[in-house]
Amino acid sequence: MNGDLVVKDLHVSVEGKEILKGLSLTVNKGEVHAIMGPNGSGKSTFANTLMGHPKYEVTSGEILFKGESILEMETDERARAGLFMAFQYPVAIPGLTFGSFLRAALNARLAPTAGEDGKMPTKKGIPPKEFRDLMRKHMTELRMDEKFATRYLNDGFSGGEKKRAEILQMAMLKPEIAIMDETDSGLDIDALKIVSEGVNTLAGPNLGVIVITHYNRILNYIKPHRIHVMKDGRIQATGGPELALELEQRGYDWVREEVAAR
Amino acid sequence: MSTEAEIDVRDGYAEKYGFHDTEQHVFKSRKGLDRDIVQQISKLKGEPEWMLEYRLKALDLFESKPMPTWGGDVAAIDFQDIYYYVKPTSEEAKSWEDVPEDMKRTFDKLGIPEAEQKFLAGVGAQYDSEVVYHKIKESLEKQGVIFLSMDQGLKDHPELVKQYFGTVIPSSDNKFAALNSAVWSGGSFIYVPKGVQVDVPLQAYFRINTKDMGQFERTLIIVDEDAYVHYVEGCTAPIHSSDSLHSAVVEIVVKKGGRCRYTTIQNWSNNVYNLVTKRAVAYANATMEWVDGNLGSKLTMKYPAIYMMEPGAHGEVLSIAFAGKGQHQDAGAKAVHCAPNTSSTIISKSISKDGGRAGYRGLVKVMKGAVDCRSTVNCDALILDEHSRSDTYPYMEIEEDKVTIGHEATVSKIGDEQLFYLMARGIPEDEAAAMIVSGFIEPIVKELPMEYAVEMNRLIQLQMEGSVG
Repeated sequence: MNGDLVVKDLHVSVEGKEILKGLSLTVNKGEVHAIMGPNGSGKSTFANTLMGHPKYEVTSGEILFKGESILEMETDERARAGLFMAFQYPVAIPGLTFGSFLRAALNARLAPTAGEDGKMPTKKGIPPKEFRDLMRKHMTELRMDEKFATRYLNDGFSGGEKKRAEILQMAMLKPEIAIMDETDSGLDIDALKIVSEGVNTLAGPNLGVIVITHYNRILNYIKPHRIHVMKDGRIQATGGPELALELEQRGYDWVREEVAAR
Repeated sequence: MSTEAEIDVRDGYAEKYGFHDTEQHVFKSRKGLDRDIVQQISKLKGEPEWMLEYRLKALDLFESKPMPTWGGDVAAIDFQDIYYYVKPTSEEAKSWEDVPEDMKRTFDKLGIPEAEQKFLAGVGAQYDSEVVYHKIKESLEKQGVIFLSMDQGLKDHPELVKQYFGTVIPSSDNKFAALNSAVWSGGSFIYVPKGVQVDVPLQAYFRINTKDMGQFERTLIIVDEDAYVHYVEGCTAPIHSSDSLHSAVVEIVVKKGGRCRYTTIQNWSNNVYNLVTKRAVAYANATMEWVDGNLGSKLTMKYPAIYMMEPGAHGEVLSIAFAGKGQHQDAGAKAVHCAPNTSSTIISKSISKDGGRAGYRGLVKVMKGAVDCRSTVNCDALILDEHSRSDTYPYMEIEEDKVTIGHEATVSKIGDEQLFYLMARGIPEDEAAAMIVSGFIEPIVKELPMEYAVEMNRLIQLQMEGSVG
């Protein structure tokens, strides 16, 4: 099977309860996919599993990234290999400034030996000035205040600020496949537009995007190539942009009935 | 004290601090403690009669006092299995060239001469029982600032020493203060005259080299009216298979309008019992600040105290305690409000991991009549895994109604979600955990001079390396 990210018949359990029940999906660089589905359908489980959250146990199936299985890789290795997840609920780390966090993340990527033997990266990494210039450039694009860099990571950030900060990280870390876990939740229209613009700017031949969403209002701003409908731990239907409209009008229940009828 | 070696060689400690030199000393007392040993120490130092009497009286007090049964476990200390006095050189050097090669190399490795050149106003370096190097900038000397080893201070300024020695912490204060008073050697003597501002830190570095050694330095700092000094102490020791004892006494007097900041970065090896008594008295509108970083040792029991004697005095204690495998940090603070309109702030951050135990033990006391006092206590604990432990013992003795006292305590575990978030950005687990811990202590670290903040974060990283997962 070819593709930059290939998920094959993935089964995942959380605390002994099976949540994903045979999910299959292929995403290539240059593509934008949307996964839609009701609460509890397993969307966030999929995002967290992709990133290797220890709570999620893959019981069978496979995830291939650039042709290699990533199931044995640690979260940080996956990230350095080019996977990115925009969090639904970005975690606060008091005392750690956003700037120094971002620089550490960038440096971890620049020093490929980092973490391989449990040691810290020894290379100096990106020079401070170069880093600041790069960060400023991206911050301006996202209409973020420069002071942001000196605030503690996600600590006291508003909902919109958190999401923008996620997009900023994505822009600077330049992943190959990014999965966005309900990045649109908790955003007002202005913030939604900025985040969507960010995604649209970043999307291109070198990036594949998976947008996970509960609502379809973000699809007014982001135009996916493919839409997948997820329910009960599986992708039940796949289609073009027209599928979003159908969901809008008919809700999620028809999907299963239709699938069952096939 | 040659019990079995339950030592966690903290990753990196062995290489950077845990080395030891071949023992070479000009004098080493026999093991054990009695009147003969005390007399021998005093005689070798050529002390005045009153100091010998002071020591002998303290020895009696030490022997009559029971071992403390609270705090940490000190039962394993065998006082007869310790060398109480190891004299490394025949005299103090004023130039690093005159320090014996081995010792100079040790301090070079620890970066002391380099730091002295870069950002310090004066340096003292103690090796086992005696200070082997001491120097202060000429410009300060000219302003009348005294910065000597305690022994030299007693020789050069006997009246000043006699006036203050043992007045803040009497020998009868506790068993270990009595022990120090009996066998003290080395430490710093500082006097800052009226109105003199020492704007760059003075530093003392304490190094234990000899196995089964007890180090008992004694420090006395007098900050005269409207003067300021920042004193920094650092300490390390080699990793030996048996335990060492470090039991210091630090007395500080801050006169009207003066300010003293005392910063400790304690990084003893994990075979050192660190039982220290530190206390300051602050007079009208004076400020005393203890910045206390405890990373090393097997057991630390240390509660820097401030007695606010006159109106307007202010006391601050910022304390960090980090306990790893086999370590117990019983750290804390004491703020005693003896006069009206005095204020104190205590901020404690403790971190425990790999079965370590770190805690806060503190006392806020307001004496009768000390109205309009304010005190705030904040203790936060971070526990890195389920084998580790944190304790908080905040004692309050408030004998006056018209006061404002605040206390907050939090205990948190290092979040899996925090780790996952950082790792999801490509940051390796060890580094991620170190970043979370550094963030946790940031409110205190940002109070340190830049060089020490960098050092503190580096030490935290060292503690965290290879430790998670």
